Amino acid sequence: MRRLPKTLVLGGIITVIMIGAALLSRFWTPADPTGMNIMARLKAPGEVGLLGTDQIGRDVLSIIMSGAWTSLGIASTATLVGGGIGTVFGVMAAAKGGWVERLVMTFNGVLFAFPPILSAILLGALLGPGAVTSMVAIGVFMIPVFARVTRAAAIQIWARDYVKAARMAGKQDTLITLEHVLPNISAQLIVQLAIQTGLGILSEAGLSFLGMGVSPPTPSWGRMLSESQTYLSSAPHLVLAPGLAIAITVLGLNLLGDGLRDLTDPRRRQTT
Amino acid sequence: MTSLLEIRKLSRHFDLGSGVVKALDNVSLSLHAGEVLGVVGESGSGKSTLARTVMALDHPTSGTVVLDQRDIFSLGPRALRKARRDFQMVFQDPYGSLNPRHRIGRIIAEPLHLMPDAPKGAERRALVGTLLEDVGLDAADQDRFPHEFSGGQRQRIAIARALITKPRLLVADEATSALDLTVQKQILDLILDLRDRHGISVLFITHNIGVVQEICDRVAVMQHGKLVEVGPTQEVLDAPQQAYTRRLLAAEPRLDVIGRKSRSRP
Ligand SMILES: Nc1ncnc2c1ncn2[C@@H]1O[C@H](COP(=O)(O)OP(=O)(O)OP(=O)(O)O)[C@@H](O)[C@H]1O
Ligand SMILES: [Mg+2]
Repeated sequence: MRRLPKTLVLGGIITVIMIGAALLSRFWTPADPTGMNIMARLKAPGEVGLLGTDQIGRDVLSIIMSGAWTSLGIASTATLVGGGIGTVFGVMAAAKGGWVERLVMTFNGVLFAFPPILSAILLGALLGPGAVTSMVAIGVFMIPVFARVTRAAAIQIWARDYVKAARMAGKQDTLITLEHVLPNISAQLIVQLAIQTGLGILSEAGLSFLGMGVSPPTPSWGRMLSESQTYLSSAPHLVLAPGLAIAITVLGLNLLGDGLRDLTDPRRRQTT
Repeated sequence: MTSLLEIRKLSRHFDLGSGVVKALDNVSLSLHAGEVLGVVGESGSGKSTLARTVMALDHPTSGTVVLDQRDIFSLGPRALRKARRDFQMVFQDPYGSLNPRHRIGRIIAEPLHLMPDAPKGAERRALVGTLLEDVGLDAADQDRFPHEFSGGQRQRIAIARALITKPRLLVADEATSALDLTVQKQILDLILDLRDRHGISVLFITHNIGVVQEICDRVAVMQHGKLVEVGPTQEVLDAPQQAYTRRLLAAEPRLDVIGRKSRSRP
């Protein structure tokens, strides 16, 4: 057994804990994350509940756990769907070249001009704020990001002699993409998936912070951050808890992505 | 005798912005059925470009390639795919020519995609096993992955793949240069045997004049994308007409070293 990169182990542990907390929140939280209790408002961590309570007496740990579900759910769905569409565009551009490639890349350039905030404002006007608006806004941005990475990686594979051998075997572009290109860029795509999900979480928090994300009472890290700004000095845990949750989750996913990259680096393979 | 392969005024230019590289410059050559034609020339003389273009993996700047009376560049994609079972190629770099994620059996059987009536399952395994033994490997090697094999072994796997459809033309780009003498002899004997039994024609690209002498009926000499000399092997080797060929022959051991160097990978 070769040793796993430290970044992979650490990132993996953080990510598993966050996903575990998100899943657990569907069945169990220490208290009701939406149940207010004015008598026990603004309690410090340890005093009431592990992480204290907020300005209307809700249990902070429960909000953070349910917020993990909201954040991870929206970010990973957006990344998977948007990334999937982008990957299809990327392999198509690499396989066909010519006008197909120019069309795809122009379309990408246009999508890239719509950062999630802008899309969310436009979509919000149509659909109103909410989980779907956030997901679409983030997902649309993932399309060009994945299309670019995929195209660059796929072009390298198309230059390999084993692809030429597949053409000698009479295989068409789609089959070559499925049998030769995708398996050989899958490692890079998984790395991107981890890192981009992290960025998706940041975007989701940003949208919620600005009031364009999921609507109350659904718990959300970004909204909690914005609502607790006024208590920064009196009850700093209300800002720290969601802030750290966001930072640690994004860090975990980035470490995971870096670790996976190290793991699949061919130079590393040869020396071990 | 009709020729199986006719290369007519073939040119391939690469526009690099800073200038144009004439990798192939007005090359005409023909290859008869059952003939082994050697192609020699210094590094960069256009040998691999010739191989790729003849295999229709690359489009020429001008000129045509006629294979078995058909101009391969005027064939539609479907007809070209159909024609491909008749011509196969062994690539120069054994580290780039096998998909690292596929098992050897799948790699060797890939050209069977061209044959609708190709054997499947146990029959296919047996066929791949026989080919592996023909090139001096083990039938059980088909369950292993490319990284488990040396450069020379990979080259033999690539040769097995090129032979599975029983092509009528085999283009071998430095196919045996990475092999040690015994294995090289075994592969050359295999190729000659295929020629004798099935009348396969071979375009044999090499740095090694010794190999040319051993198996080639005729030899073509290339320099800067041009064909400088072509003729029966013994005539060209005994009485080269061009100064370039004489230099090439005199420098043979050195060329061999260059060939080996360019292939050694970390
Ligand atoms: N795709 C390409 N783009 C630009 N230049 C190219 C390309 N392919 C080949 N060339 C150039 O064409 C010339 C011939 O290259 P080629 O690979 O055919 O030579 P070769 O005879 O096979 O050499 P070697 O013995 O080293 O394999 C070289 O100058 C090379 O740099
Ligand atoms: Mg070459």
